[in-house]
Amino acid sequence: MRVALFASCLVDLFRPNAGFATVSLLENAGCIVDVPPEQTCCGQPAYNNGDKDNARDIAKQVINEFSDYEYIIVPSSSCAGMMIKHYPQLFEDNAEWYKKATDFSAHCYDLVTFLHDILKITSVPVTYQGNITYHDSCSSLRETRVKDKTRHLLACNEKINLLELGNPEACCGFGGTFCVKYPEISESMVNDKIADIEATGADTVVSGDMGCLLNIAGRLKRLNKPIKVFHIAEVLAGMTGIAAIGDADDTKKSEPSS
Amino acid sequence: MKSKSHAFKQQAADALVNVSLQKALLNAKDGFIVKRKKAMDELPEFERLRTKAIEIKEHTLSHLDQYLEYFEQQVIKSGGTVHWASTTTQAQQIIVELCKQANARTVTKGKSMVGEEAAINDALEAAGFEAIETDLGEYIIQLANEPPSHIIAPAIHKSKQEIADLFKDHHKKYNFNSKLETIPEIVNEAREVLREKFINADVGITGANFLVAETGSTLIVTNEGNGDLTATLPKTHIVISSIEKVVPTLEDTSVLLRLLARSATGQEITSYTTFFNGPKRNSDIDGPENFHVVLLDNGRSNMLQNENHEMLKCIHCGACLNHCPVYSAIGGHAYGWVYPGPMGSVLTPIMQGLDEAKDLPFASTFCGRCEEVCPLSIPLPKLLRQHRNHIHHDKLNTSRSRLGLALWAFVASRPALYRPLSNSFIRALGWLGKKSGRFSWLPFASAWTQSKDLPAPAAQSFMSAWTQQQAKKKSSENE
Ligand code: SF4
Repeated sequence: MRVALFASCLVDLFRPNAGFATVSLLENAGCIVDVPPEQTCCGQPAYNNGDKDNARDIAKQVINEFSDYEYIIVPSSSCAGMMIKHYPQLFEDNAEWYKKATDFSAHCYDLVTFLHDILKITSVPVTYQGNITYHDSCSSLRETRVKDKTRHLLACNEKINLLELGNPEACCGFGGTFCVKYPEISESMVNDKIADIEATGADTVVSGDMGCLLNIAGRLKRLNKPIKVFHIAEVLAGMTGIAAIGDADDTKKSEPSS
Repeated sequence: MKSKSHAFKQQAADALVNVSLQKALLNAKDGFIVKRKKAMDELPEFERLRTKAIEIKEHTLSHLDQYLEYFEQQVIKSGGTVHWASTTTQAQQIIVELCKQANARTVTKGKSMVGEEAAINDALEAAGFEAIETDLGEYIIQLANEPPSHIIAPAIHKSKQEIADLFKDHHKKYNFNSKLETIPEIVNEAREVLREKFINADVGITGANFLVAETGSTLIVTNEGNGDLTATLPKTHIVISSIEKVVPTLEDTSVLLRLLARSATGQEITSYTTFFNGPKRNSDIDGPENFHVVLLDNGRSNMLQNENHEMLKCIHCGACLNHCPVYSAIGGHAYGWVYPGPMGSVLTPIMQGLDEAKDLPFASTFCGRCEEVCPLSIPLPKLLRQHRNHIHHDKLNTSRSRLGLALWAFVASRPALYRPLSNSFIRALGWLGKKSGRFSWLPFASAWTQSKDLPAPAAQSFMSAWTQQQAKKKSSENE
């Protein structure tokens, strides 16, 4: 089956490896992956700051670029939530575009949902071994609702020992531009998250949203904590051979990834 | 109380470094969440009740004028009077006038958030009455001269020690001098002081959780029983409430009550649920001689017609505050007015003006937990987003953030421009951060780097690496 990948701006710019890991997971399951070139961002920064006009422009461009695809895969719950739930809302007073947006959103999947519900994968080439903990992004809990699906996928490989957070429903304090508008509040929230992560005893924290990952990694590294941070696609695809998010590049010492 | 919401940013920053506040917040934090969860786990019909409650509220709000009139008729039938206040000033005037008619000196008050909204205490004091809060939490913050920091637990920000110190200062005049160390000691002393006030009060003012149209009753739930004494001992009982609190029938009320107690404190039912039905009848052993209900509008009938109407379903349970990570980090006072947390960030801009409270709608990560726990499923993030839309539309946000947004959007909506720009940006950043894997300082990202490192990007973006890889593949296929 042919699928289109919407990489999301943060994966594109900060963590290409998570993009390639997504491609690898999809190809392993027999998909042919296209990456339409005219993609930038899903428009959340504008939308969440009240700038509906610009959010609409960006949404139109995404919809146009991806309209021919049956399956559009996004390795991020918050971008998937934007495309699935909020694109139609953006066009509530424009019948033509409302229809386009709802048609489009019916074809959008966050990576976990697609792997779990459509590809129904039951084994993953996990090479990662050890104790991980999982941070559920708020959009993965309340928009794409993939909490259990994520657990099922991670359980496909018994080498992974998942240690659950004590307070898995709590936000990490990223919130897009929230974290730079209110850096002190964001810091307090991510501190709570890090205390929770540390209490599990895990050596690695994994999540499905780059925003949360940058936020958590950023604070962990500032505090000189040795805990590693990876995107779930990297863990599932067995592509954790490169430096973890926010860590120095020590690839020369470790096995190169596929 | 005068709004200080315009100073939210500073107040939030101050709250985060306020050691005793942080300690109190930490103590309170999980208690509410754990108790609510337990109560919900024991209520398999929660979703059914929630659906029913939403139906009741939506039905009532769409016939609000009729139910209010019905309520008024029933109050009159039972011997009471209903007063309509469209503004908080009118509510103040009505209540001051009623206290004058009662020749009052001392006025006791049960907890009422609408009373806070209308700043009734200020008005009473300005008119020369002694107004005493009788709910322990409200009493404490009245002594401290502070607004409530939570809609159901107004003094939740205060530590035991702070309360003991307050009592020491303020109870000297009643000859209480013992050192208070335990909570029961604190409660007992408050009781003794308040007992005197209850007996001497000429007017008692309570709020209302619901107004029952079919019976003309007003209803309060408390855990202290103070509301009953406030309402029944004085000669005049005044209920202050707002128009959206009316519910058609007793049966409807019971649905809402079941959700309210569990959502608020995790109790199956609050300790005291009291109905007030007009003045004392001949057969009653106690009760007031005069019964008045003051119904405040304060913009609510406008809300009914506009995009904010869903907020009128709120039953003031406080669950959205308890589950809000921002509220848990900074407490209620930072929000600057009567209502804090998510529901406050929706209501304050409506009642105090968007410009005054423009920072509140942005004090949310849109994590969505408030909507998830709200017993009426009020879409709080959506309502906050609507405020953000207006703030942007009316150009109330800073020119710096508008410019940043405009520049970013200009580039992001033009892939042909975005690609080369982002590529060179990433290449430079990736190269600079290659060695350590992160930045501890960056000139354009100080708001981030003040507390977090910024993970360095790879030197090549995904899109550019992908294009290169595909080109390579193609050329090797062609060879
Ligand atoms: S908005 Fe919902 S959760 Fe918040 S106080 Fe009102 S009813 Fe309770």
